[in-house]
Amino acid sequence: MTWDWNYTGEILPDLLNGLRVTVVATLLGYAIALVLGLAWTLLQRTPSRLVNGTVRWAAEFIRSTPLLVQLFFVFYVLPSWGLTLGPLTAGIIGLGLHYSTYTAEVYRAGIDDVPRGQWEAATALNLPRRRVWLGVVLPQAVRRVVPTLGNYLIAMFKDSPLLLAVNVVELLGAAYQTGSRTLQFLEPITIVGVLFIAVSVLSSLLVRRLERRYATY
Amino acid sequence: MSEVLDSHPQLLQGAWITVQITVLGAVLALVLALAFGVAGAARAVWMRAVNRLYVEFFRGAAALVLMYWLFYSLPLVGLRFTPMAAAVLALGLNYGAYGAEVVRGSINAVPKAQYEAAVALNLRPAQRMRRVILPQAVALMLPPFGNLLIELMKATAVVSLVTIADLTFRAQQIQANTGETAATYALVLVVYFVIAQVLQRLVRLLEHRTERMLGRRPRRGALREVPAPAGGAPR
Repeated sequence: MTWDWNYTGEILPDLLNGLRVTVVATLLGYAIALVLGLAWTLLQRTPSRLVNGTVRWAAEFIRSTPLLVQLFFVFYVLPSWGLTLGPLTAGIIGLGLHYSTYTAEVYRAGIDDVPRGQWEAATALNLPRRRVWLGVVLPQAVRRVVPTLGNYLIAMFKDSPLLLAVNVVELLGAAYQTGSRTLQFLEPITIVGVLFIAVSVLSSLLVRRLERRYATY
Repeated sequence: MSEVLDSHPQLLQGAWITVQITVLGAVLALVLALAFGVAGAARAVWMRAVNRLYVEFFRGAAALVLMYWLFYSLPLVGLRFTPMAAAVLALGLNYGAYGAEVVRGSINAVPKAQYEAAVALNLRPAQRMRRVILPQAVALMLPPFGNLLIELMKATAVVSLVTIADLTFRAQQIQANTGETAATYALVLVVYFVIAQVLQRLVRLLEHRTERMLGRRPRRGALREVPAPAGGAPR
């Protein structure tokens, strides 16, 4: 069996539709991960032992269990608790929740990296807590971790094919569907592989540029 | 819940498959990572090119896409894999690429003076690598390798999508048999968590041993006498 270019042309629109779903899921999931991750980090810094410990263990639990099972959990278990989600929504929430535990670690590292003198200066200036965080610490912390956060966007993009397990027709799902319709799997899945590699090579170049731009040393 | 617990033989079988795939995948990934990582730190341009090619290709491809490709596409051009082989190969190749970057980075992070001293002592290139550079690089590699191992273990869940009866696959079966969705998936998540914790402990043990071997770790308990390092944010 050889590569069939006509067939390749025919299936391309379907695959591009799938790619659109993949991109949407990745971006929305990433937005959730960015916001939720920051929330985890800040909650881990509250003085309450109970809150700290709970958040830390919850994050550790989510981080060290597979995304796929978590997706099943969100998609199949939440409806029995009265919260029914569409496949794509469930997928986006699952992705965002899983990666928020990673971004939380990234933010934490960034905050730890802010020099002690900055904290002392903020205290000496008698700044209110809100301004210490919003005006002094977070702008410096986030700047330091922009490239690392970028890496997690790429990682998320590469984990998005898992969404096919909860019936989202994203890129790989679309390829599998066209493949099973025509029983020719070689072309669609190869194209998906090439697309993934192309996107991640390009985006890693982009992250390298970000690294140079935001380098603090 | 009790129905779910009654099906624990199935669950344990699944967990065993998950552990097997994790170990086999990790071994393959480790071999590839060392081979391509050392190539990436070499001076010859072609060796570094081989490293770049491997890393960019297999780091870019998602493990699941790679697995589908090995499992559904390649049989059509005459290359046939058993599901298990396809899974291990896909995971090993994928995580080998991540590992190769770690190995390359660690070798490059060994202080240059160590390399120069080895040259001055007239060690052959192979001796230099084996006796001086690698032992120190290994200490740097272990923590990121630990993270990768957990990632690899988590990634094994996708093998259920190419019909391997791993833990996730068993979860779906048990869920279908008992109808206990929440209990089943919660239990399976806990099993995964336990496996991850065990792996993490093992890696930490290895880290301590390596550091002691290199003389970087003081005797037990001595750390508590050292004052905490300055810097860092107050909690």
